[in-house]
Amino acid sequence: MQDGARDEAEAGHETDGSGGDVDDRDERSGLTRRALIAGAAAAAGGAITAGATRGLVQEAPDPTKVPGARPVTVGSRSPHETPEKLLSGSMGGSSRTPLQDLHGIMTPADLHFERHHHGIPQIDPASYRLLIHGMVDRPTLFTLEDLKRFPQVSKLLFIECSGNGGGAYAPSPSPQHTPQSVDGLLSTSEWTGVALSTLFEEVGAHADATWFLAEGSDAAVMGRSIPMEKAWDDAMIAYAQNGEAIRPEQGYPARVFLPGWEGNASVKWIRRIELSDRPAMFRDETSKYTDPLPDGTSRQFSFVMDAKSIITYPTYPQRLPGPGFVEISGYAWTGRGLIERVEVSTDGGDSWHDAVLQEPVLPKCTTRFRHGWEWDGGPAHLLSRATDETGYTQPVRQQVLDARGPGTRYHSNAIRGWRVARDGSIEFAPV
Amino acid sequence: MSRANGVSRWLAMAALVPALAACGPGDSAGGAEAGNAAPGAAAVAPSDPGNGTTQRAGAAEPVYGFGTPATASQIAAWDIDIGPDGAGLPPGQGTVAEGLEVWERHRCVLCHGPTGREGPNDLLTGRIPGDEFPFANDRSLRSTVGNYWPYATTLFDYTRRAMPFDLPGTMTDEEVYAVVGAMLYFNDLLPADAVVDSAVVVDTRMPARDRFVPDNRTGGPTIR
Ligand code: HEC
Repeated sequence: MQDGARDEAEAGHETDGSGGDVDDRDERSGLTRRALIAGAAAAAGGAITAGATRGLVQEAPDPTKVPGARPVTVGSRSPHETPEKLLSGSMGGSSRTPLQDLHGIMTPADLHFERHHHGIPQIDPASYRLLIHGMVDRPTLFTLEDLKRFPQVSKLLFIECSGNGGGAYAPSPSPQHTPQSVDGLLSTSEWTGVALSTLFEEVGAHADATWFLAEGSDAAVMGRSIPMEKAWDDAMIAYAQNGEAIRPEQGYPARVFLPGWEGNASVKWIRRIELSDRPAMFRDETSKYTDPLPDGTSRQFSFVMDAKSIITYPTYPQRLPGPGFVEISGYAWTGRGLIERVEVSTDGGDSWHDAVLQEPVLPKCTTRFRHGWEWDGGPAHLLSRATDETGYTQPVRQQVLDARGPGTRYHSNAIRGWRVARDGSIEFAPV
Repeated sequence: MSRANGVSRWLAMAALVPALAACGPGDSAGGAEAGNAAPGAAAVAPSDPGNGTTQRAGAAEPVYGFGTPATASQIAAWDIDIGPDGAGLPPGQGTVAEGLEVWERHRCVLCHGPTGREGPNDLLTGRIPGDEFPFANDRSLRSTVGNYWPYATTLFDYTRRAMPFDLPGTMTDEEVYAVVGAMLYFNDLLPADAVVDSAVVVDTRMPARDRFVPDNRTGGPTIR
């Protein structure tokens, strides 16, 4: 099977290219295998830490009695820390961030999720050019060095594939989903570059331009049409991520970045921007990335990622070692600005408690939430729900079903949950 | 590929988007406006959120002077998009019969099957009785060119830029016209003896043409 077409990254049930839907069980078993490995790793780092540490102390010489290693030109993780992205697809495909392994809000660049439709191109920064033309006074080619001479903008921002969470929307989601397998097409970085408004002023954008077309220099020449309003608001051409040059899989040497909007529209490896008075109706804004509605229409240009949250600890395949204190923790985010509130339930939604929002709380960025919980050893059902500054609260699945029907493929943001059994084992159980 | 005549529906939609994208006072923190005002910023028209068609314009003169003017031939080399109005469609033509040959010669058949229905990759062929559009209500339904794509111009654009998947962008314009004809023929949208040129690509009425609506999610308490 050509995994590029299977598009499991998008929603977990898109075309598998063989004439039928992707078999949910197929995906499930695939994830199960990986989840089990992740489970072993999690167990090593969690419940049995003490034993593992004792073992190490016996094998390694006393570090206080021998000089340590010399400085290195490029650092690397401790050999005891092996977080990994979860892969799917071979030609296009995706990789998912190990949300359950991360702390705070930032995603290490090498663990940032990937979703691309036609592979990662190799681009020589010396010959890189960005063309801006169309409804402008001065069609211009910018080198990478040109882009870096403009005043910089830099923000902490999340980016999320609009197909993220498709596995949670399936009729009977696998109980063996991990935060990574269900919502790992989400990452947060400091993105640095030049505001698109700066470039559009520079080239003399026409006042009657209402859209700009963005095209990458990958093998798909990925194209998306973006309302000009976003450029005048907060869109940027980013060339750096977490302080270093953008990684090749994230669009090296430069990409569009549209804060809070579905990831696909933030075209990577950006090569051409054309100002226009209408969208181009690219394949990825018609055939894909549109949302059928029960009234027989399809929502197009549904850019904003609505409020969402997911508990990342404790989750499958972890096991609570025994009754006592558990700090429930996770991410909340919204493409509409600030997360205002996150509530946590431990009884499947009968009662809700305000979680603590950890600073910094930034617009269009993930927010870390925490909630201290005393587990009594009985069955529990952990849920989180986010509310953003517009007053939008993360819905339950039935509300999304009512609004969009069962056939929708993107923007899956219904409440995620985790069921804790008496033996401390945990299963994915959204509501 | 730009053209002066706009599509009014999408002008209206552009006007809608600012409201959707509004995200509160915190959002401009660290943005271009924060201490980064360009020397020429005064030349920038104030934003008019009530009128999505004229938000802002660029500066009359370059503000910083970075970058190099792009020549017409440089632009032409990269300006490959085809508009829904047909802007950008190249000269040339192809027949459905030639398209069926292209389907074999460029190996579309290997990945999409003899008639675009058989896979293993994306399903391309299939209509829904009465050209209904029940995708939201039937999770098992799969989209095809014939039941979901609103514009045949998109089919030309995407096929030319991205297919065949492992050798993208290697077909001549005539071959693209022909194979687009084949895919429209598979979907009962063109007869077997059709000749496909730019006019046919623009004029072929796709069954899902009027199905697409702007995003109506606005934030706030309503789930849409
Ligand atoms: C090596 C396998 C392969 C070959 C050969 C191939 N395709 Fe594709 N095709 C794909 C894959 C994979 C995708 C999905 C790409 C993606 O999701 O971004 C695709 C997608 C498409 C789509 C868009 C489908 C949709 O629903 O959006 C069209 C149209 C298409 N191909 C036409 C063609 C034509 C015409 C040819 C022959 C000239 C061709 N393909 C040859 C693998 C192939």
